[in-house]
Amino acid sequence: MKIALFATCIVDAMYPQTARATVKILERLGHEVIFPSGQACCGQMHINSGYMDEALPVVTNHVNAFESVAYDVAVAPSGSCVASVKHQHPVLAERCGDAALKARAEAVGAKTYELSQLLVDVLGITNAAEQLGSHFPHKVTYHPSCHGMRSLKLGDRQLDLLKSVGGIEFADLPEADQCCGFGGTFSLKNADVSSAMLDDKARNIESTGASLCAGGDASCLMHIGGGLSRTKSDTTTLHFAEILASTITEPVSVTGDILVGKAGVR
Amino acid sequence: MSAKEEILSRITSALRDAPAPGPVPREYRMSSDMPEVELIELLVDRLEDYKAHVDVVDVPQLPATIAERLKDATSYVVPHGIDTTWLPADDARRRIDAPGAVLSVTELDGTDAVLTSSAVSIAESGTIVLDGSGDQGRRAISLVPDHHVCVVPVSSIVRLLPEAMARMDITCPLTWISGPSATSDIELERVEGVHGPRQLDVIIVKGL
Amino acid sequence: MSNVFMGMPTLPVFGDGNLHIEETFPTAAHRELGNTQMRANLRHATHTIRDKRLKVVAELPDWEELRDAGSATKNLVMANLPALLEEFEKNFTARGGIIHWARDAHEANSIVAGLIKEQNTTEVVKVKSMATQEIGLNEYLEEQGISAFETDLAELIVQLGHDKPSHILVPAIHKNRTEVRDIFLAEMPNVDPNLTDEPRLLAMAAREHLRRKFLSAKVAISGANFALADSGTLAVVESEGNGRMCLTLPETLITVMGIEKLLPGKEDLEVFMQLLPRSSTGERMNPYTSLWTGVTEGDGPQNVHLVLMDNGRTAALADKYGRTALNCIRCSACMNVCPVYERTGGHAYGSTYPGPIGAILTPLLTGITSEENSTLPYASSLCGACYDACPVKINIPEILVHLRGEDVDSKRGEKKLPSQMDLMMKGGSWAFSSGKHLGLLEKGLPLGKLAAGRDKKIKALPGIAAGWTQSRDIPAPPSQSFRDWWKKDHTPVAATNKQEK
Repeated sequence: MKIALFATCIVDAMYPQTARATVKILERLGHEVIFPSGQACCGQMHINSGYMDEALPVVTNHVNAFESVAYDVAVAPSGSCVASVKHQHPVLAERCGDAALKARAEAVGAKTYELSQLLVDVLGITNAAEQLGSHFPHKVTYHPSCHGMRSLKLGDRQLDLLKSVGGIEFADLPEADQCCGFGGTFSLKNADVSSAMLDDKARNIESTGASLCAGGDASCLMHIGGGLSRTKSDTTTLHFAEILASTITEPVSVTGDILVGKAGVR
Repeated sequence: MSAKEEILSRITSALRDAPAPGPVPREYRMSSDMPEVELIELLVDRLEDYKAHVDVVDVPQLPATIAERLKDATSYVVPHGIDTTWLPADDARRRIDAPGAVLSVTELDGTDAVLTSSAVSIAESGTIVLDGSGDQGRRAISLVPDHHVCVVPVSSIVRLLPEAMARMDITCPLTWISGPSATSDIELERVEGVHGPRQLDVIIVKGL
Repeated sequence: MSNVFMGMPTLPVFGDGNLHIEETFPTAAHRELGNTQMRANLRHATHTIRDKRLKVVAELPDWEELRDAGSATKNLVMANLPALLEEFEKNFTARGGIIHWARDAHEANSIVAGLIKEQNTTEVVKVKSMATQEIGLNEYLEEQGISAFETDLAELIVQLGHDKPSHILVPAIHKNRTEVRDIFLAEMPNVDPNLTDEPRLLAMAAREHLRRKFLSAKVAISGANFALADSGTLAVVESEGNGRMCLTLPETLITVMGIEKLLPGKEDLEVFMQLLPRSSTGERMNPYTSLWTGVTEGDGPQNVHLVLMDNGRTAALADKYGRTALNCIRCSACMNVCPVYERTGGHAYGSTYPGPIGAILTPLLTGITSEENSTLPYASSLCGACYDACPVKINIPEILVHLRGEDVDSKRGEKKLPSQMDLMMKGGSWAFSSGKHLGLLEKGLPLGKLAAGRDKKIKALPGIAAGWTQSRDIPAPPSQSFRDWWKKDHTPVAATNKQEK
């Protein structure tokens, strides 16, 4: 299968290892991964902040980028960005009075999958240890990000994949379904409320005694990780793609460093 | 322009670009074939959950059960259309509320209990419907006394609200009762007994 | 009514009353967040109700089908509103009721005051009603020399405590049992000085306090949860019996209701009476529901009025992306599941309608440019819990985003310097509308790494980004973007697996 990777802007610029892990998993399964070079961002920061006029060129660019190359399906390691592509792009196009763009955005959205959706629903992965060779001998908890959970209805796909990783020790997160408080520019405009939500999320994560909190959205993980870092917590955050990419021969550390061999040289 | 004309005109203007609405899908449960014994069981469970007291009796036991439930009342009111064979004979405690001979609010407030029948009951939600018929009376009599004894004929029990709705005359003054009066206003914890009757005794009658 | 105005678009007429917030949401939220007792109370209460709601919703195998029916019914009602209102009026009037129409809060208030004065009384009892909260009826009546006694326990707590409601179902949700006891001891005449904070005893104290008022009141004022067009029937859903007292004992009953509350008929009521109690108090059914159709001879009030009120509803209806907010049945499920509401409480929203529904309904009723109401649609992380919980499937997050767009657009015309957010969004629009632009910017990533310093963390940012660094670090950026790595270092692998979808 030919799979077009939508890296998402935050992963592209801040967490390239998440996209590299995504590529690694898919190539390990024998699929061809392509990277449509025109891609940039889904535009949800603009849309969610009310800047619709400014969002339109961003959305148009995404549709153009993913129309200009041939592939079977597109994938992004983010529930939030995929929800934007699938649900927000057609709505924005309609609001801006562009019916043609709406139809094109719907077509791109229909071919776009969140990573766990692709792995479970399309590629039939049910056991990461057996089918992907995933191995990650650490104690892990998991935060299901809101847009994946509620907009995409991902259910337990990410969680079940994580639990099937070799060597992993899993700890349930109390109040897991509660938002971490990120919400894009919400964290700037309503920083106090956002921080109060983050405090509770961080406290719940620490209560599990896990070495790290896994998730499926780099933005939420940056938010939670940033809060944990500020309080000098030892707990970190890591994208589930990186955990799935970790193997016995090429292990990934709890901070996401790719270790080579037993010496642990980066 | 009158207020009515102006509001209707505003609505018409507001809706000028509105799409035609779709049909209402009615895929929810509208009928049930739950056997009588299970209907009774379900209704009892729901009512007890609301902290109502429930008896399930056959017709011959009804008068004795009513007498038992009313034994602590120094006075009780009944609507004029109640079946008098249910009632304790020559009872000086009894007050009858009838059209043209209604009890005042003060008299009702001085009455300990009320006995009524009921129109239809919904097992799934534990709801008893009064419709103001002669055996149920006007709304005030089942409201002001602090203790309501309510007779529920088994033939009036259905499982689902849509089944009950089909049996209701919606233009009657209707009171749906699901347990004694209650409030969740303090810390969202339910406590029973506020302004309505604090005690609700339900007598489910088989064969009626 | 003739339809001579049809096709002549009129400007939306916005609502008035307790809908205009005086300070921005972030300012109010900052203050409320500091009230740790309130936050503990709210956390306890909202978590209690969440669990109850989930349990009773799970009992119904057809919950989603009921939501679908409820949502479609409300859309149908809004589309046919003029005809349904006329039908309702005809049926209600035919059975002895009297209808009054009110364009706005002031008109509704003066109609109610006039009707009370006709009865030569200066005291009325009230059933909890959002519509009368919205229009500030109690305050208006007080100016007219009329005392309105709230009879719902939570409303009574708020009224006695000289407080404001903070929740549409449980207006005193921000108070715990001890605080309620203290209010009763201080404000309730003839209260037992040994009153404890046991909720059952507090409820008994309220019963004692209000009993004589109920038995002697000549006029009652209520809202309505539903109105059935094909029969002219009104419905009030309640728990304590205060509603039955008000709807049954006085000679005169005045109901104030928004025009959006209509349902076509009783086959619709069966849907909503399954959705509402489970969504609001988390009960299978509320203790009491009263339905009345005009006047019934010899039973209940013989002088029955209904005030049908617009007050901005037609303005909300005119917003094609926002009009489904009018489908709200005031269950409060959205605020009970909202992580923002849970932490700030209802007062931070500054309007009669708090929480997620308030954040959309308030600016829809008043217009987005009214005072500080434009800050309300931003009072959400867009987590979507409200949409999941809404029994009539109002897509609250989508309407929040729409209203943010309205806010930004409304400010575009203003001749002033662009805000930091404006500049960030303009810059972002350039960067994110092309892979080349983003790639170019990413060449600067090593600079960010430098700025992060030795511990690889950015701990303080200027301007609006300081909101982020008040409680979070940002990791040092990588030295190479994914895009760059892909171009320079990735060795493409041809597909070996021909597995198809």
